[in-house]
Amino acid sequence: MSQIHTATHLADNPVIIEMDGVNKWYDQFHVLKDINLQVRQQEKVVICGPSGSGKSTLIRTLNRLEEHQEGNIIVDGTTLTNDTKNIEVIRREVGMVFQQFNLFPHLSILDNVTIGPVWVRKMPRKQAEEIAYSFLERVGIGEQAHKFPGQLSGGQQQRVAIARALAMQPKIMLFDEPTSALDPEMIKEVLDVMRELADQGMTMICVTHEMGFAREVADTMVFMDQGQIVEYAPAKEFFTNPREERCKAFLEQILNH
Amino acid sequence: MAEKIEDRRPPVTSTGTVGWVRANLLYPWYNALLTVIAGWAIYSAVKPFIQWAIINASITLDPAVAKEYSGAAWGFVRDMWPVFMVGIYPEEYRWRPAVALLIILALVMLTLVERFRGTKWLYALWGCSPVAVFLIIHGGFFTGLEVVDTHYWGGLMLTLILASVAMLFAFPISVLLALGRTSDMPIIKSFCVAYIELVRGVPLITILFMASVVLPLFLPTDMELDKVLRAMVGITMFFSAYLAENIRGGLQGLGKGQYEAADAIGMSYWQKTVLIVLPQALRIVIPPMVNNFIGILKDTSLVGIVGLVDLLQIAFATTSNPKWFGKLEEAYVFVALWYWILCYSLSRYSQHLEKKYASK
Repeated sequence: MSQIHTATHLADNPVIIEMDGVNKWYDQFHVLKDINLQVRQQEKVVICGPSGSGKSTLIRTLNRLEEHQEGNIIVDGTTLTNDTKNIEVIRREVGMVFQQFNLFPHLSILDNVTIGPVWVRKMPRKQAEEIAYSFLERVGIGEQAHKFPGQLSGGQQQRVAIARALAMQPKIMLFDEPTSALDPEMIKEVLDVMRELADQGMTMICVTHEMGFAREVADTMVFMDQGQIVEYAPAKEFFTNPREERCKAFLEQILNH
Repeated sequence: MAEKIEDRRPPVTSTGTVGWVRANLLYPWYNALLTVIAGWAIYSAVKPFIQWAIINASITLDPAVAKEYSGAAWGFVRDMWPVFMVGIYPEEYRWRPAVALLIILALVMLTLVERFRGTKWLYALWGCSPVAVFLIIHGGFFTGLEVVDTHYWGGLMLTLILASVAMLFAFPISVLLALGRTSDMPIIKSFCVAYIELVRGVPLITILFMASVVLPLFLPTDMELDKVLRAMVGITMFFSAYLAENIRGGLQGLGKGQYEAADAIGMSYWQKTVLIVLPQALRIVIPPMVNNFIGILKDTSLVGIVGLVDLLQIAFATTSNPKWFGKLEEAYVFVALWYWILCYSLSRYSQHLEKKYASK
């Protein structure tokens, strides 16, 4: 079963991420099983599935927060290997937003956003601050630039985390359950920012349980279970007519809770 | 509709000083009893000391007059305090350590001024200060000052020099050791583990002996290593191992998410370490680190064993002076007071740092 999942409905866009026969183990535990997945430029992919299905692990292999043992991963033309230089090149082009925000608590909001451009992109501080302000403005945190992460709400922190990733001007954004640690009233403000980002044509891969958001934004839905891609389909098809039993059962559960 | 309730002040009898005394000292009756008993116990324990140190004490500079008092002869301290400060450093050059002290105090003052804090020139001045202090106290080189060999260094001055040098060098060494111990590189890691475990497993006295007795056996006979320098190396080696373990605690106390966030931005190992990991890890370990620094300061008193005359050894030296023979109690109280002032200042400074960083 080495069918390559690729978005035929976006066939005009070049492929920017390619996972080719990717396998990963934690000790004896087989977490990713024969993943063949292509993501095209400007494509929005939402990955869902029960917990422990390997969806977070999958996106974390894309910027080498997790190492894979078999297969090839090519991101923006660079093959991921053990070579640190390669990894750093890819990380510069791939932004990531975490479930727990992971802002740097000892740095002000502004410094959190400028630290990447200044130290990794070697941008002059002035220019980095201008960019930081513009992104903070976009996520609605402009006036709080001089506060510290601990002084902001969860939703605000997550929006800063998005601004921090965007300030590196990445080609791809990865979202690892960005709203799962948030209070219900703050989920919307984060999803709004993500929606806007999608509208501007960013290539996005999101692991999320927010099916309303997925239905609205996703081009492609991926359903994973036990380390495998069980169902891969254009979003419309996925929600109206899921093929696999496991996928149907999961959607039932998550949509009718 | 519910009416808005205005804020009211709490009742006086249950808060504030009155409330505290009532709640903790007097109520119920057995607490009042305990208060009385404890008060009496404290009084009877402290009373003899007060009598000796203040009521029956003398401050005359004449030992013969001092003999008429049953209490402490503080005239001894008045007479000998310069020796406590600098040991047998030649009398005519005592102004030099004083100038060195003034330089450091001036720098501290400048640092306290908000406007100067964090400026580059102030960092530069602090960076130069150890060299300046050394040149003034030691003399020689291009300064035109008479050389005062480390053999003549002693007293509080020697204690402070040993402690500051040890802190200054042990800190960066221990950071590297801690990073090495937590790194993935097997050779570096095993070297750091071996060093830390070896040095921690040996008492400081042993290391001082090794540095002063064993080390010269391995060096050519015509090459003589300075005694003070040997002690410095020994103390620095010893404390960098201890400090390293504390700092490692801080490194491991940091969430995995911080490392991942730094990685995800594309930072290199050193960028991640210097910009993200160390600033946070070192904040976590301020209290144990200051605890270590206090330990360094007090443990420098062990250098007496290898023949250096630090603040504690001066107490022995001065009391064998025929003029004030046997004034051991006064000398010990004076020396203890100095150690306490220094350690307590360090401790207060650490509390200040903790508060400063807790708000962020």
